[in-house]
Amino acid sequence: MRHLLSTAGMSPAAAETLLDTAETLKKTLLGREVRKLPTLRGRTVVTLFHENSTRTRVSFEVAGKWMSADVINVSASGSSASKGESLRDTATTLSAAGADLVVVRHPASGAAHRLAGWLSSTNTAVVNAGDGTHEHPTQALLDAATLRERLGTIAGRRIAIVGDVLHSRVARSNAYLLSALGADVVLVAPPTLTPVGAATWAEPGAGGTVTVSHDLDAELPTVDAVMMLRVQAERVIGDVANFFPSVREYSAAYGLDGRRLGLLPEHAVVLHPGPMLRGMEIASTVADSPRAAINDQVRNGVHVRMAVLYHLLAGKDEGA
Amino acid sequence: MSELASESDKHRSELASESDRHRRELLVIKGVRLYGEGDPVDMLVADGVIADVGTGLEGPEAVDAHGLVALPGFVDLHTHLREPGREDTETIETGSVAAALGGYTAVFAMANTDPVADNAVVVEHVWRRGREVGLVDVHPVGAVTAGLAGQRLAELGTMARSEAAVRIFSDDGHCVADPLLMRRALEYTRGLGAVVAQHAEEPRLTAGAQAHEGERAARLGLAGWPAAAEEAIVARDCLLAKQVDARLHVCHVSTAGTVDVLRWAKARGTKVSAEVTPHHLALTDERLTGYDPVNKVNPPLRTASDVQVLREALAEGVVDCVATDHAPHAEQDKNCEWSAARPGMLGLQTALSVVVDTMVRPGMLDWRGVARVMSERPAQIAGLVDQGRPLAIGEPATLVLVDPRDSWVVRGADLASIAGNTPFEGMRLPGVVRMTLLRGRVTARRSTTGGGGT
Repeated sequence: MRHLLSTAGMSPAAAETLLDTAETLKKTLLGREVRKLPTLRGRTVVTLFHENSTRTRVSFEVAGKWMSADVINVSASGSSASKGESLRDTATTLSAAGADLVVVRHPASGAAHRLAGWLSSTNTAVVNAGDGTHEHPTQALLDAATLRERLGTIAGRRIAIVGDVLHSRVARSNAYLLSALGADVVLVAPPTLTPVGAATWAEPGAGGTVTVSHDLDAELPTVDAVMMLRVQAERVIGDVANFFPSVREYSAAYGLDGRRLGLLPEHAVVLHPGPMLRGMEIASTVADSPRAAINDQVRNGVHVRMAVLYHLLAGKDEGA
Repeated sequence: MSELASESDKHRSELASESDRHRRELLVIKGVRLYGEGDPVDMLVADGVIADVGTGLEGPEAVDAHGLVALPGFVDLHTHLREPGREDTETIETGSVAAALGGYTAVFAMANTDPVADNAVVVEHVWRRGREVGLVDVHPVGAVTAGLAGQRLAELGTMARSEAAVRIFSDDGHCVADPLLMRRALEYTRGLGAVVAQHAEEPRLTAGAQAHEGERAARLGLAGWPAAAEEAIVARDCLLAKQVDARLHVCHVSTAGTVDVLRWAKARGTKVSAEVTPHHLALTDERLTGYDPVNKVNPPLRTASDVQVLREALAEGVVDCVATDHAPHAEQDKNCEWSAARPGMLGLQTALSVVVDTMVRPGMLDWRGVARVMSERPAQIAGLVDQGRPLAIGEPATLVLVDPRDSWVVRGADLASIAGNTPFEGMRLPGVVRMTLLRGRVTARRSTTGGGGT
């Protein structure tokens, strides 16, 4: 693996290798007083964030530090980008300054692909930490790790992804990855927030399927997991966008409240990539219930990102 | 014809005679096939006109044109020459060189310069600069609205009556979205013997749009540009043009639905004409995978079925002509993330080859048809009396010699434009422009490419 840019096109074997590594790392660190592995000593990881983020940036930073990499955080507002430097120049500068790996988050879809292209003549690896409304592959991997942990298996499971699918990179990465791993994914959203052709998102030859639904209540009794997406209110509600009439109507139709929690099978898991808007897409009682795996997602995020860094950096010398 | 129009005709013939004084040449083109038809003939060019056509003609300079096809010089209704304002990407001079090398003898320079060509000063500057360079007739397009802002009409009459004699008005890059303003523009230009060329894009439906709304854009996470945003404006404008009995020209038709609308409007007698770009005849949104903004253009690359319908519409005449929408952009405005990139592609030097590749080779258009869509129809639409003329004795020697058997590999860096943003980079395309003549003067000459036929 040279870069991690998307889950689209990722083979189930490659995904499972990453998930297995994450699980091994988690077990290795479990109960340790000093959570530090020497694996990436001397390696330099730069997180380049052109969008605000708490959990993803911190997660990558912790992942790097637990593996003894030197982690440098760059945010657009405090960097030359605020002086008008192009992403391309920033990328080549970071590479020339010795970055072995750049974790990039950017509001433009495809930014990580472009970055990888600009760095193709270098040894610097690129990890996509969210590009516009395109993909967020490590989020999907940590969701898969959490589902595997909670449900035992992913293949054959039915997983609902609910909310603003149109603008969600989390939904795209999860739909590709989970269907590739054999799950049947149902995207639940109003038609205004359903991307064109979303029902074709399962890769050819995928073990699972991707389908579309507009009726959350109808889907809940048959799912093994439900993943709630954050509603970007500024983007979808109001007189400019009009994707949805009001917050109240959205919550009534697509929010996960106590009543809907009751429609789920006993074993079903609730996921949310965060940040949550309590009372909007998810009720507090649901977010704080034992069915919710939201904090597990965050914990697994560190291990999954450790696994990604490991395979991109440590594995490189072995030609993996 | 209004008095204005006849004034402009006089003006144009003055230009022709003046330039001929400086550019007289006497040459014989040997063994060329006119429109690719019949037996090879010789063509004597003297005093800027086709003085004789026959066999065994002799002259002081002979051009071996065996195997070549002669066509009337191409007319591009849609070119961005970037001067004034972005001379780092193209100038009237470099754009004229590119045009001549592409077989063009007249180009219409769009109004979205800086400052905007919304007044007589700017359009006359473009006109004069084009004449100074002298490789191609550069006709400025005037803006429909002041500053392309879509708020109030620019001084259309003043531009029409200026030395530049503007006959096409367009806010290209922006749609004249306000229906009342569009109605007024259509009505007002009717009185000037001019035409409004509309960039059909309903702005509310395309806010933030980055790519053709479809499965490809959805997967790539690029905000969609729906076909209906083009079709709705074309339908509305056809209704308005019919209402006020004015002429309408539709820029860069990109969807199958627009073709349906045009067919319907023409059938009911609307005075509407339309153009299609070479890239919309050749490329689809499959190119977007990888996010290289060289493929970013407005309207966006659409689907394979749109491409097929556009080709058929061009062959049939529902879409009247090919126009390049030649749009040079600086490297930094293209080699960046997709959403930050400017839309547009170079087109002047690749247009003929793309038409050969997409229309002639598949048998949808013969050379007569190429003459129609690249020269005769655009000249008619623009009201040019000395372009798109028949290849016949006494007619202006404004023509192009094409080698239909040769091919060439496109290299953006080798094109005459300052910018290099061609989507055809590295592709081998059929059809090579060997020579372009503007009123008898050779404006471009290209020896064999050594590429061999394909």
